[in-house]
Amino acid sequence: MRLLQIVIVLIGISFITFALTYMSPGDPVRNMYTASGVMPTQEMIDATREELGLNKPFLTQYFTWLTNCLKGDFGKSYSLNKPVVELLASRLLPTLKLAFMSMCIMLILAVPMGVVSALYKDSWIDNLVKCITFFGCAMPNFWVGLLLMLAFCVKLRIFPVMASGGDFKSLFLPALTLAVAMTAKYTRQVRTAVLEELSQDYVIGAEARGVKRSKIIWLNVFPNALLPLITMLGLSIGSLLGGTSVVEVIFSYPGLGNLAVSAITSSDYNLIQGYVLWLSIIYMVVNLIVDMSYNFIDPRMRHKK
Amino acid sequence: MLTYKDFLKNKQFVIFGILAIAIILIAVFAPVVTGGIDPLKGDIRDALLEPGEDGHIWGTDKMGRDIFTRVIYGARYSLSATFAVVLLIFTVGSVFGVIAGYFGGWIDAVLMRIADMMLSFPGLVLALAVAGIMGASIKNAIIAITLVSWTKYARLARSLVMKIRNRDYVSAAIVTGSKTPYMIKTYMFPNALPTLIITAATDIGSMMLELAGMSFLGFGATPPTPEWGYMLNEGRSYMGTAPWLMIYPGLAIFLVVVVFNMLGDSIRDVMDPRSQK
Repeated sequence: MRLLQIVIVLIGISFITFALTYMSPGDPVRNMYTASGVMPTQEMIDATREELGLNKPFLTQYFTWLTNCLKGDFGKSYSLNKPVVELLASRLLPTLKLAFMSMCIMLILAVPMGVVSALYKDSWIDNLVKCITFFGCAMPNFWVGLLLMLAFCVKLRIFPVMASGGDFKSLFLPALTLAVAMTAKYTRQVRTAVLEELSQDYVIGAEARGVKRSKIIWLNVFPNALLPLITMLGLSIGSLLGGTSVVEVIFSYPGLGNLAVSAITSSDYNLIQGYVLWLSIIYMVVNLIVDMSYNFIDPRMRHKK
Repeated sequence: MLTYKDFLKNKQFVIFGILAIAIILIAVFAPVVTGGIDPLKGDIRDALLEPGEDGHIWGTDKMGRDIFTRVIYGARYSLSATFAVVLLIFTVGSVFGVIAGYFGGWIDAVLMRIADMMLSFPGLVLALAVAGIMGASIKNAIIAITLVSWTKYARLARSLVMKIRNRDYVSAAIVTGSKTPYMIKTYMFPNALPTLIITAATDIGSMMLELAGMSFLGFGATPPTPEWGYMLNEGRSYMGTAPWLMIYPGLAIFLVVVVFNMLGDSIRDVMDPRSQK
Protein backbone atom coordinates (compact mmCIF):
# COMPACT_ATOMS: atom_id res chain seq x y z
CA MET A 1 0.00 0.00 0.00
CA ARG A 2 2.71 2.36 1.07
CA LEU A 3 4.81 1.42 -1.95
CA LEU A 4 1.92 1.95 -4.35
CA GLN A 5 1.38 5.41 -2.91
CA ILE A 6 5.04 6.23 -3.37
CA VAL A 7 4.96 5.07 -6.97
CA ILE A 8 1.92 7.25 -7.70
CA VAL A 9 3.55 10.25 -6.07
CA LEU A 10 6.78 9.61 -7.96
CA ILE A 11 4.99 9.50 -11.29
CA GLY A 12 3.24 12.73 -10.34
CA ILE A 13 6.51 14.36 -9.39
CA SER A 14 8.17 13.34 -12.62
CA PHE A 15 5.18 14.65 -14.55
CA ILE A 16 5.20 18.00 -12.74
CA THR A 17 8.94 18.29 -13.21
CA PHE A 18 8.70 17.57 -16.89
CA ALA A 19 5.67 19.78 -17.50
CA LEU A 20 7.39 22.61 -15.68
CA THR A 21 10.29 22.83 -18.05
CA TYR A 22 8.16 22.04 -21.07
CA MET A 23 6.00 25.09 -20.47
CA SER A 24 8.84 27.47 -19.80
CA PRO A 25 9.22 30.41 -22.17
CA GLY A 26 12.98 30.15 -22.75
CA ASP A 27 14.18 28.22 -25.82
CA PRO A 28 16.74 25.62 -24.70
CA VAL A 29 18.20 25.18 -28.17
CA ARG A 30 18.85 28.87 -28.57
CA ASN A 31 20.32 28.99 -25.06
CA MET A 32 22.51 26.04 -25.84
CA TYR A 33 24.01 27.76 -28.86
CA THR A 34 24.40 31.09 -27.15
CA ALA A 35 26.14 29.36 -24.26
CA SER A 36 28.71 27.95 -26.66
CA GLY A 37 29.14 31.35 -28.27
CA VAL A 38 27.46 30.63 -31.60
CA MET A 39 24.74 32.80 -33.12
CA PRO A 40 22.39 30.12 -34.44
CA THR A 41 20.48 30.35 -37.70
CA GLN A 42 16.89 29.15 -37.92
CA GLU A 43 18.00 26.00 -39.81
CA MET A 44 20.50 25.13 -37.14
CA ILE A 45 17.85 25.52 -34.45
CA ASP A 46 15.38 23.37 -36.37
CA ALA A 47 17.97 20.68 -36.96
CA THR A 48 18.95 20.55 -33.32
CA ARG A 49 15.32 20.48 -32.24
CA GLU A 50 14.81 17.49 -34.53
CA GLU A 51 17.93 15.81 -33.17
CA LEU A 52 16.92 16.29 -29.52
CA GLY A 53 13.33 15.27 -30.21
CA LEU A 54 12.02 18.61 -28.96
CA ASN A 55 9.42 18.94 -31.71
CA LYS A 56 7.56 15.74 -30.85
CA PRO A 57 4.24 15.87 -28.98
CA PHE A 58 4.31 16.51 -25.24
CA LEU A 59 3.37 13.02 -24.05
CA THR A 60 5.81 11.29 -26.39
CA GLN A 61 8.56 13.51 -25.08
CA TYR A 62 7.50 12.78 -21.52
CA PHE A 63 7.57 9.02 -21.99
CA THR A 64 10.92 9.07 -23.78
CA TRP A 65 12.29 11.16 -20.98
CA LEU A 66 10.78 8.95 -18.29
CA THR A 67 12.11 5.70 -19.74
CA ASN A 68 15.54 7.26 -20.07
CA CYS A 69 15.36 8.44 -16.47
CA LEU A 70 14.46 4.95 -15.31
CA LYS A 71 17.54 3.70 -17.11
CA GLY A 72 19.52 6.29 -15.17
CA ASP A 73 20.02 8.57 -18.13
CA PHE A 74 18.90 12.11 -17.38
CA GLY A 75 20.29 13.54 -20.58
CA LYS A 76 23.04 16.04 -21.10
CA SER A 77 23.31 19.45 -19.51
CA TYR A 78 23.00 22.04 -22.28
CA SER A 79 25.00 24.71 -20.53
CA LEU A 80 27.84 22.61 -19.11
CA ASN A 81 27.88 20.00 -21.86
CA LYS A 82 28.21 17.04 -19.49
CA PRO A 83 25.83 14.23 -18.54
CA VAL A 84 23.39 15.40 -15.87
CA VAL A 85 23.97 12.31 -13.73
CA GLU A 86 27.69 12.97 -13.62
CA LEU A 87 27.16 16.61 -12.62
CA LEU A 88 24.65 15.80 -9.92
CA ALA A 89 26.73 12.96 -8.53
CA SER A 90 29.83 15.14 -8.29
CA ARG A 91 27.89 17.80 -6.37
CA LEU A 92 25.94 15.51 -4.09
CA LEU A 93 28.78 14.69 -1.73
CA PRO A 94 29.72 18.32 -0.92
CA THR A 95 26.08 19.12 -0.18
CA LEU A 96 25.75 16.01 1.99
CA LYS A 97 28.89 17.08 3.86
CA LEU A 98 27.47 20.55 4.34
CA ALA A 99 24.13 19.23 5.57
CA PHE A 100 25.79 16.78 7.93
CA MET A 101 28.14 19.38 9.35
CA SER A 102 25.35 21.90 9.96
CA MET A 103 23.35 19.14 11.61
CA CYS A 104 26.26 18.48 13.98
CA ILE A 105 26.68 22.16 14.81
CA MET A 106 22.95 22.43 15.39
CA LEU A 107 22.88 19.44 17.77
CA ILE A 108 25.87 20.72 19.72
CA LEU A 109 24.08 24.04 20.22
CA ALA A 110 20.42 23.07 20.41
CA VAL A 111 20.40 20.07 22.75
CA PRO A 112 22.23 21.70 25.68
CA MET A 113 20.33 24.97 25.24
CA GLY A 114 16.97 23.25 25.07
CA VAL A 115 17.66 20.95 28.01
CA VAL A 116 19.03 23.69 30.24
CA SER A 117 16.14 26.03 29.50
CA ALA A 118 13.66 23.25 30.25
CA LEU A 119 15.35 22.27 33.53
CA TYR A 120 15.52 25.88 34.65
CA LYS A 121 12.16 26.93 33.26
CA ASP A 122 11.29 30.62 33.68
CA SER A 123 14.73 31.46 35.04
CA TRP A 124 16.93 34.09 33.42
CA ILE A 125 18.73 31.41 31.45
CA ASP A 126 15.44 30.16 30.01
CA ASN A 127 14.52 33.69 28.99
CA LEU A 128 17.92 34.20 27.41
CA VAL A 129 17.54 31.01 25.38
CA LYS A 130 14.04 32.10 24.36
CA CYS A 131 15.46 35.40 23.12
CA ILE A 132 18.21 33.65 21.17
CA THR A 133 15.83 31.23 19.50
CA PHE A 134 13.46 34.02 18.64
CA PHE A 135 16.11 36.06 16.92
CA GLY A 136 17.47 32.95 15.24
CA CYS A 137 14.07 32.36 13.65
CA ALA A 138 13.76 35.89 12.33
CA MET A 139 17.22 36.22 10.81
CA PRO A 140 17.20 35.62 7.06
CA ASN A 141 19.83 32.94 6.48
CA PHE A 142 21.41 34.85 3.62
CA TRP A 143 21.91 37.83 5.91
CA VAL A 144 23.46 35.62 8.59
CA GLY A 145 25.77 34.22 5.94
CA LEU A 146 26.77 37.64 4.69
CA LEU A 147 27.38 38.96 8.20
CA LEU A 148 29.48 35.93 9.14
CA MET A 149 31.42 36.35 5.94
CA LEU A 150 31.94 40.04 6.62
CA ALA A 151 33.16 39.36 10.14
CA PHE A 152 35.30 36.26 9.68
CA CYS A 153 36.45 36.39 6.07
CA VAL A 154 36.73 40.06 5.23
CA LYS A 155 37.52 41.72 8.57
CA LEU A 156 39.22 39.01 10.63
CA ARG A 157 40.45 36.92 7.70
CA ILE A 158 40.13 33.66 9.64
CA PHE A 159 38.22 31.81 6.96
CA PRO A 160 38.51 31.84 3.15
CA VAL A 161 35.95 33.93 1.26
CA MET A 162 35.50 31.22 -1.34
CA ALA A 163 34.46 28.00 0.34
CA SER A 164 35.39 25.89 -2.65
CA GLY A 165 37.69 23.44 -0.93
CA GLY A 166 36.29 20.42 0.84
CA ASP A 167 38.19 20.97 4.06
CA PHE A 168 36.84 21.87 7.47
CA LYS A 169 37.75 25.55 7.18
CA SER A 170 35.70 26.17 4.07
CA LEU A 171 32.86 24.05 5.35
CA PHE A 172 32.47 25.67 8.74
CA LEU A 173 30.88 29.04 7.95
CA PRO A 174 28.30 27.78 5.43
CA ALA A 175 27.38 25.02 7.87
CA LEU A 176 27.10 27.48 10.73
CA THR A 177 24.84 29.72 8.64
CA LEU A 178 22.52 26.84 7.89
CA ALA A 179 22.60 25.78 11.51
CA VAL A 180 21.37 29.12 12.91
CA ALA A 181 17.71 28.84 11.93
CA MET A 182 17.65 25.11 12.59
CA THR A 183 19.15 25.59 16.04
CA ALA A 184 16.38 27.99 16.93
CA LYS A 185 13.73 25.51 15.83
CA TYR A 186 15.29 22.51 17.57
CA THR A 187 16.05 24.29 20.81
CA ARG A 188 12.35 24.96 21.18
CA GLN A 189 11.53 21.37 20.32
CA VAL A 190 14.01 19.99 22.83
CA ARG A 191 12.70 22.34 25.49
CA THR A 192 9.06 21.34 24.94
CA ALA A 193 9.92 17.65 24.77
CA VAL A 194 11.93 17.71 28.01
CA LEU A 195 9.28 19.76 29.79
CA GLU A 196 6.59 17.34 28.71
CA GLU A 197 8.62 14.38 29.92
CA LEU A 198 9.37 16.09 33.25
CA SER A 199 5.67 16.48 33.97
CA GLN A 200 4.98 12.76 33.48
CA ASP A 201 3.70 10.82 36.45
CA TYR A 202 6.61 8.42 36.53
CA VAL A 203 9.03 11.28 37.12
CA ILE A 204 7.02 12.52 40.07
CA GLY A 205 6.68 8.94 41.27
CA ALA A 206 10.39 8.29 41.07
CA GLU A 207 11.12 11.53 42.87
CA ALA A 208 8.66 10.61 45.61
CA ARG A 209 10.40 7.29 46.04
CA GLY A 210 13.62 9.16 46.61
CA VAL A 211 15.43 8.50 43.35
CA LYS A 212 18.01 11.18 42.75
CA ARG A 213 16.79 13.85 40.39
CA SER A 214 19.96 13.78 38.33
CA LYS A 215 19.54 10.03 37.91
CA ILE A 216 15.94 10.40 36.72
CA ILE A 217 16.96 13.07 34.28
CA TRP A 218 19.88 11.18 32.80
CA LEU A 219 18.37 7.73 32.69
CA ASN A 220 14.71 8.41 31.97
CA VAL A 221 13.92 11.91 30.89
CA PHE A 222 16.66 12.39 28.29
CA PRO A 223 16.24 9.15 26.37
CA ASN A 224 12.48 9.55 26.27
CA ALA A 225 12.52 13.20 25.32
CA LEU A 226 15.20 12.99 22.69
CA LEU A 227 13.89 9.94 20.80
CA PRO A 228 11.29 11.85 18.77
CA LEU A 229 14.09 14.19 17.72
CA ILE A 230 15.59 11.44 15.58
CA THR A 231 12.51 11.47 13.38
CA MET A 232 12.67 15.23 13.06
CA LEU A 233 16.35 15.02 12.20
CA GLY A 234 15.62 12.61 9.40
CA LEU A 235 13.00 14.92 7.95
CA SER A 236 15.41 17.83 8.29
CA ILE A 237 18.08 16.06 6.25
CA GLY A 238 15.69 15.98 3.32
CA SER A 239 14.71 19.61 3.49
CA LEU A 240 18.28 20.65 4.24
CA LEU A 241 19.51 19.12 1.01
CA GLY A 242 16.98 21.22 -0.88
CA GLY A 243 17.49 24.35 1.16
CA THR A 244 21.18 24.89 0.75
CA SER A 245 21.01 27.01 -2.43
CA VAL A 246 21.19 30.40 -0.75
CA VAL A 247 24.10 29.51 1.48
CA GLU A 248 25.97 27.72 -1.27
CA VAL A 249 25.65 30.72 -3.55
CA ILE A 250 26.90 33.13 -0.87
CA PHE A 251 29.98 31.07 -0.06
CA SER A 252 30.51 29.88 -3.66
CA TYR A 253 30.29 26.36 -2.30
CA PRO A 254 30.38 23.69 -5.03
CA GLY A 255 27.20 21.87 -4.03
CA LEU A 256 23.88 20.85 -5.53
CA GLY A 257 22.10 24.08 -4.64
CA ASN A 258 24.67 26.20 -6.39
CA LEU A 259 24.48 23.96 -9.45
CA ALA A 260 20.67 24.24 -9.46
CA VAL A 261 20.72 28.03 -9.31
CA SER A 262 23.08 28.26 -12.25
CA ALA A 263 21.02 25.67 -14.12
CA ILE A 264 17.89 27.75 -13.61
CA THR A 265 19.59 30.98 -14.62
CA SER A 266 20.81 29.44 -17.87
CA SER A 267 17.46 27.60 -18.34
CA ASP A 268 19.22 24.28 -18.58
CA TYR A 269 16.14 22.02 -18.76
CA ASN A 270 17.74 18.63 -18.32
CA LEU A 271 19.78 19.73 -15.38
CA ILE A 272 16.79 21.34 -13.63
CA GLN A 273 14.66 18.27 -14.22
CA GLY A 274 17.39 15.98 -12.98
CA TYR A 275 17.97 18.10 -9.90
CA VAL A 276 14.32 18.38 -8.92
CA LEU A 277 13.72 14.69 -9.52
CA TRP A 278 16.83 13.55 -7.67
CA LEU A 279 16.13 15.68 -4.65
CA SER A 280 12.50 14.66 -4.35
CA ILE A 281 13.45 11.00 -4.62
CA ILE A 282 16.15 11.41 -1.97
CA TYR A 283 13.67 13.26 0.19
CA MET A 284 11.06 10.54 -0.15
CA VAL A 285 13.54 7.75 0.53
CA VAL A 286 14.81 9.54 3.63
CA ASN A 287 11.25 9.99 4.87
CA LEU A 288 10.52 6.33 4.29
CA ILE A 289 13.64 5.25 6.17
CA VAL A 290 12.74 7.58 9.03
CA ASP A 291 9.25 6.09 9.20
CA MET A 292 10.58 2.59 9.28
CA SER A 293 13.37 3.33 11.72
CA TYR A 294 10.76 4.51 14.16
CA ASN A 295 9.66 0.92 14.60
CA PHE A 296 13.14 -0.09 15.65
CA ILE A 297 13.80 2.81 17.93
CA ASP A 298 10.50 2.95 19.72
CA PRO A 299 9.09 -0.48 20.63
CA ARG A 300 5.70 1.08 21.41
CA MET A 301 5.18 1.77 17.72
CA ARG A 302 5.51 -1.92 16.86
CA HIS A 303 2.53 -2.81 18.95
CA LYS A 304 0.30 -0.03 17.74
CA LYS A 305 -0.54 -1.78 14.49
CA MET B 1 -16.83 34.18 21.64
CA LEU B 2 -13.71 36.21 21.11
CA THR B 3 -14.10 39.97 21.06
CA TYR B 4 -11.61 42.67 20.30
CA LYS B 5 -11.30 43.16 24.06
CA ASP B 6 -9.58 39.78 24.39
CA PHE B 7 -7.00 40.99 21.95
CA LEU B 8 -6.50 44.33 23.68
CA LYS B 9 -5.92 42.54 26.99
CA ASN B 10 -2.85 40.86 25.54
CA LYS B 11 0.07 43.25 26.00
CA GLN B 12 2.24 41.58 23.37
CA PHE B 13 -0.54 41.90 20.81
CA VAL B 14 -1.02 45.60 21.53
CA ILE B 15 2.68 46.46 21.36
CA PHE B 16 3.46 44.52 18.20
CA GLY B 17 0.14 45.40 16.63
CA ILE B 18 1.08 49.06 16.93
CA LEU B 19 4.55 48.38 15.57
CA ALA B 20 3.11 46.42 12.64
CA ILE B 21 0.71 49.26 11.84
CA ALA B 22 3.62 51.68 12.07
CA ILE B 23 5.59 49.60 9.56
CA ILE B 24 2.62 49.48 7.20
CA LEU B 25 2.13 53.25 7.53
CA ILE B 26 5.82 53.84 6.82
CA ALA B 27 5.47 51.74 3.68
CA VAL B 28 2.32 53.55 2.57
CA PHE B 29 3.72 57.01 3.26
CA ALA B 30 7.22 56.22 2.01
CA PRO B 31 7.47 59.47 -0.02
CA VAL B 32 6.70 61.52 3.09
CA VAL B 33 9.05 59.56 5.35
CA THR B 34 11.96 59.90 2.96
CA GLY B 35 11.31 63.55 2.18
CA GLY B 36 10.55 63.05 -1.50
CA ILE B 37 13.83 61.47 -2.57
CA ASP B 38 13.50 59.15 -5.56
CA PRO B 39 14.59 55.62 -4.62
CA LEU B 40 15.44 54.80 -8.25
CA LYS B 41 17.51 57.85 -9.11
CA GLY B 42 20.93 58.60 -7.80
CA ASP B 43 23.88 60.73 -8.72
CA ILE B 44 26.77 58.54 -9.81
CA ARG B 45 29.15 61.08 -8.28
CA ASP B 46 27.63 60.20 -4.89
CA ALA B 47 28.31 56.49 -5.32
CA LEU B 48 29.18 54.44 -2.22
CA LEU B 49 29.09 57.29 0.28
CA GLU B 50 29.51 56.17 3.85
CA PRO B 51 26.54 56.44 6.24
CA GLY B 52 26.15 59.99 7.45
CA GLU B 53 28.07 61.53 4.60
CA ASP B 54 26.33 64.31 2.69
CA GLY B 55 22.99 63.82 4.43
CA HIS B 56 22.66 60.15 3.44
CA ILE B 57 22.11 58.70 6.92
CA TRP B 58 22.56 55.09 5.74
CA GLY B 59 24.96 55.90 2.91
CA THR B 60 24.50 55.33 -0.81
CA ASP B 61 24.90 52.39 -3.18
CA LYS B 62 27.04 51.97 -6.29
CA MET B 63 24.67 54.14 -8.33
CA GLY B 64 24.61 56.87 -5.70
CA ARG B 65 21.07 56.04 -4.61
CA ASP B 66 20.15 56.75 -1.00
CA ILE B 67 20.04 53.50 0.99
CA PHE B 68 17.62 54.83 3.60
CA THR B 69 15.12 55.82 0.91
CA ARG B 70 15.48 52.48 -0.82
CA VAL B 71 15.01 50.52 2.39
CA ILE B 72 11.87 52.48 3.25
CA TYR B 73 10.43 51.99 -0.23
CA GLY B 74 11.48 48.34 0.00
CA ALA B 75 8.91 47.87 2.75
CA ARG B 76 6.21 48.41 0.12
CA TYR B 77 7.36 45.53 -2.06
CA SER B 78 8.17 43.22 0.80
CA LEU B 79 4.91 43.78 2.68
CA SER B 80 2.58 43.71 -0.31
CA ALA B 81 4.20 40.58 -1.75
CA THR B 82 4.12 38.83 1.63
CA PHE B 83 0.49 39.70 2.27
CA ALA B 84 -0.39 38.56 -1.23
CA VAL B 85 1.33 35.20 -0.68
CA VAL B 86 -0.26 34.61 2.71
CA LEU B 87 -3.69 35.60 1.43
CA LEU B 88 -3.34 33.37 -1.63
CA ILE B 89 -2.16 30.25 0.16
CA PHE B 90 -4.77 30.85 2.82
CA THR B 91 -7.61 31.10 0.29
CA VAL B 92 -6.47 28.38 -2.10
CA GLY B 93 -5.49 26.02 0.71
CA SER B 94 -8.64 26.40 2.75
CA VAL B 95 -10.99 26.18 -0.24
CA PHE B 96 -9.39 22.94 -1.45
CA GLY B 97 -9.09 21.61 2.08
CA VAL B 98 -12.71 22.28 2.99
CA ILE B 99 -13.92 20.76 -0.29
CA ALA B 100 -11.77 17.66 0.18
CA GLY B 101 -12.85 17.25 3.78
CA TYR B 102 -16.53 17.84 3.15
CA PHE B 103 -17.04 15.69 0.07
CA GLY B 104 -14.50 12.97 0.80
CA GLY B 105 -14.33 10.10 -1.67
CA TRP B 106 -12.44 10.48 -4.91
CA ILE B 107 -12.33 14.30 -4.73
CA ASP B 108 -10.53 13.98 -1.43
CA ALA B 109 -8.21 11.28 -2.77
CA VAL B 110 -7.22 13.30 -5.83
CA LEU B 111 -6.69 16.56 -3.95
CA MET B 112 -4.68 14.92 -1.22
CA ARG B 113 -2.46 13.02 -3.67
CA ILE B 114 -1.72 16.35 -5.36
CA ALA B 115 -0.90 17.77 -1.96
CA ASP B 116 1.36 14.77 -1.28
CA MET B 117 3.23 15.43 -4.48
CA MET B 118 3.76 19.06 -3.59
CA LEU B 119 5.04 18.00 -0.19
CA SER B 120 7.56 15.62 -1.71
CA PHE B 121 9.57 18.48 -3.13
CA PRO B 122 11.97 19.41 -0.39
CA GLY B 123 12.44 22.99 0.73
CA LEU B 124 12.43 25.65 -1.90
CA VAL B 125 13.45 23.33 -4.72
CA LEU B 126 10.19 23.46 -6.63
CA ALA B 127 9.58 27.15 -5.90
CA LEU B 128 13.02 28.00 -7.24
CA ALA B 129 12.49 25.93 -10.35
CA VAL B 130 9.06 27.46 -11.01
CA ALA B 131 10.19 31.04 -10.43
CA GLY B 132 13.36 30.52 -12.40
CA ILE B 133 11.59 28.98 -15.35
CA MET B 134 8.81 31.56 -15.51
CA GLY B 135 11.36 34.34 -15.35
CA ALA B 136 12.35 36.61 -12.50
CA SER B 137 9.65 38.91 -11.17
CA ILE B 138 7.94 39.48 -7.86
CA LYS B 139 4.68 38.17 -9.34
CA ASN B 140 6.27 34.88 -10.40
CA ALA B 141 7.95 34.49 -7.03
CA ILE B 142 4.53 34.90 -5.39
CA ILE B 143 3.00 32.28 -7.68
CA ALA B 144 5.89 29.89 -7.08
CA ILE B 145 5.71 30.13 -3.31
CA THR B 146 1.92 29.83 -3.37
CA LEU B 147 2.18 26.72 -5.50
CA VAL B 148 4.35 24.93 -2.96
CA SER B 149 2.84 26.28 0.26
CA TRP B 150 -0.93 25.93 -0.15
CA THR B 151 -0.85 22.24 0.76
CA LYS B 152 -0.17 22.97 4.40
CA TYR B 153 -3.43 24.91 4.68
CA ALA B 154 -5.34 22.39 2.62
CA ARG B 155 -4.32 19.56 4.95
CA LEU B 156 -5.18 21.61 7.98
CA ALA B 157 -8.59 22.70 6.70
CA ARG B 158 -9.36 19.15 5.60
CA SER B 159 -8.58 17.64 8.98
CA LEU B 160 -10.62 20.31 10.77
CA VAL B 161 -13.61 19.78 8.52
CA MET B 162 -13.40 15.99 8.79
CA LYS B 163 -13.52 16.29 12.55
CA ILE B 164 -17.03 17.74 12.51
CA ARG B 165 -18.19 16.23 9.22
CA ASN B 166 -19.83 13.22 10.86
CA ARG B 167 -21.21 14.92 13.94
CA ASP B 168 -24.91 14.48 14.54
CA TYR B 169 -25.79 18.13 14.16
CA VAL B 170 -24.17 18.21 10.74
CA SER B 171 -26.08 15.14 9.60
CA ALA B 172 -29.23 16.65 11.05
CA ALA B 173 -28.72 19.83 9.07
CA ILE B 174 -28.19 17.87 5.86
CA VAL B 175 -31.25 15.69 6.51
CA THR B 176 -33.43 18.70 7.14
CA GLY B 177 -32.52 20.00 3.70
CA SER B 178 -29.58 22.34 4.07
CA LYS B 179 -27.88 22.78 0.71
CA THR B 180 -24.18 22.10 0.24
CA PRO B 181 -23.05 25.74 -0.21
CA TYR B 182 -24.97 26.65 2.94
CA MET B 183 -23.42 23.77 4.87
CA ILE B 184 -19.95 24.81 3.85
CA LYS B 185 -20.58 28.45 4.57
CA THR B 186 -22.23 28.11 7.97
CA TYR B 187 -20.68 25.00 9.47
CA MET B 188 -17.51 23.87 7.75
CA PHE B 189 -15.67 27.08 6.99
CA PRO B 190 -16.29 28.90 10.29
CA ASN B 191 -15.17 25.79 12.10
CA ALA B 192 -11.82 25.68 10.35
CA LEU B 193 -11.28 29.43 10.28
CA PRO B 194 -9.69 30.18 13.68
CA THR B 195 -6.94 27.58 13.30
CA LEU B 196 -6.28 28.69 9.74
CA ILE B 197 -6.02 32.32 10.81
CA ILE B 198 -3.56 31.40 13.55
CA THR B 199 -1.45 29.52 11.03
CA ALA B 200 -1.55 32.40 8.57
CA ALA B 201 -0.61 34.93 11.23
CA THR B 202 2.40 32.92 12.35
CA ASP B 203 3.42 32.29 8.73
CA ILE B 204 3.79 35.95 7.70
CA GLY B 205 7.38 36.16 8.92
CA SER B 206 8.60 32.99 7.27
CA MET B 207 6.88 33.84 3.98
CA MET B 208 8.62 37.20 4.03
CA LEU B 209 11.95 35.43 4.50
CA GLU B 210 11.23 33.05 1.63
CA LEU B 211 10.31 35.88 -0.72
CA ALA B 212 13.42 37.82 0.21
CA GLY B 213 15.45 34.65 -0.30
CA MET B 214 14.07 34.24 -3.81
CA SER B 215 14.90 37.84 -4.64
CA PHE B 216 18.33 37.37 -3.16
CA LEU B 217 19.00 34.50 -5.55
CA GLY B 218 17.78 36.63 -8.44
CA PHE B 219 14.44 34.87 -8.96
CA GLY B 220 12.24 37.58 -7.50
CA ALA B 221 12.50 41.34 -7.78
CA THR B 222 14.48 42.68 -10.69
CA PRO B 223 16.60 45.84 -10.76
CA PRO B 224 16.11 48.69 -10.17
CA THR B 225 13.32 47.68 -7.73
CA PRO B 226 14.33 48.52 -4.16
CA GLU B 227 13.57 45.07 -2.74
CA TRP B 228 15.47 44.07 0.40
CA GLY B 229 16.56 40.63 -0.71
CA TYR B 230 17.78 41.96 -4.02
CA MET B 231 19.54 44.90 -2.35
CA LEU B 232 21.47 42.42 -0.21
CA ASN B 233 22.46 40.58 -3.35
CA GLU B 234 23.70 43.81 -4.92
CA GLY B 235 25.57 44.75 -1.78
CA ARG B 236 27.34 41.39 -1.66
CA SER B 237 30.07 42.40 -4.08
CA TYR B 238 30.91 45.51 -2.07
CA MET B 239 31.19 43.69 1.23
CA GLY B 240 34.75 44.73 1.94
CA THR B 241 34.48 48.35 0.88
CA ALA B 242 30.85 49.25 1.63
CA PRO B 243 29.37 46.89 4.24
CA TRP B 244 26.45 49.27 4.86
CA LEU B 245 24.97 48.14 1.56
CA MET B 246 24.11 44.80 3.13
CA ILE B 247 23.70 45.75 6.75
CA TYR B 248 20.66 48.01 6.48
CA PRO B 249 18.44 46.00 4.13
CA GLY B 250 19.17 42.88 6.20
CA LEU B 251 18.34 44.74 9.38
CA ALA B 252 15.07 45.87 7.82
CA ILE B 253 14.04 42.32 6.96
CA PHE B 254 15.06 41.12 10.38
CA LEU B 255 13.12 43.79 12.29
CA VAL B 256 9.97 43.45 10.22
CA VAL B 257 10.04 39.67 10.57
CA VAL B 258 10.54 39.98 14.34
CA VAL B 259 7.53 42.28 14.62
CA PHE B 260 5.26 40.06 12.54
CA ASN B 261 6.43 36.88 14.27
CA MET B 262 5.72 38.41 17.67
CA LEU B 263 2.33 39.60 16.45
CA GLY B 264 1.55 36.16 15.06
CA ASP B 265 2.53 34.50 18.34
CA SER B 266 0.33 36.84 20.31
CA ILE B 267 -2.62 36.22 17.98
CA ARG B 268 -2.13 32.50 18.55
CA ASP B 269 -2.02 33.01 22.30
CA VAL B 270 -5.28 34.95 22.29
CA MET B 271 -7.20 32.72 19.90
CA ASP B 272 -5.92 29.40 21.17
CA PRO B 273 -5.64 29.50 24.97
CA ARG B 274 -4.38 25.90 24.97
CA SER B 275 -1.10 27.03 23.43
CA GLN B 276 -0.24 28.91 26.62
CA LYS B 277 1.44 26.64 29.06
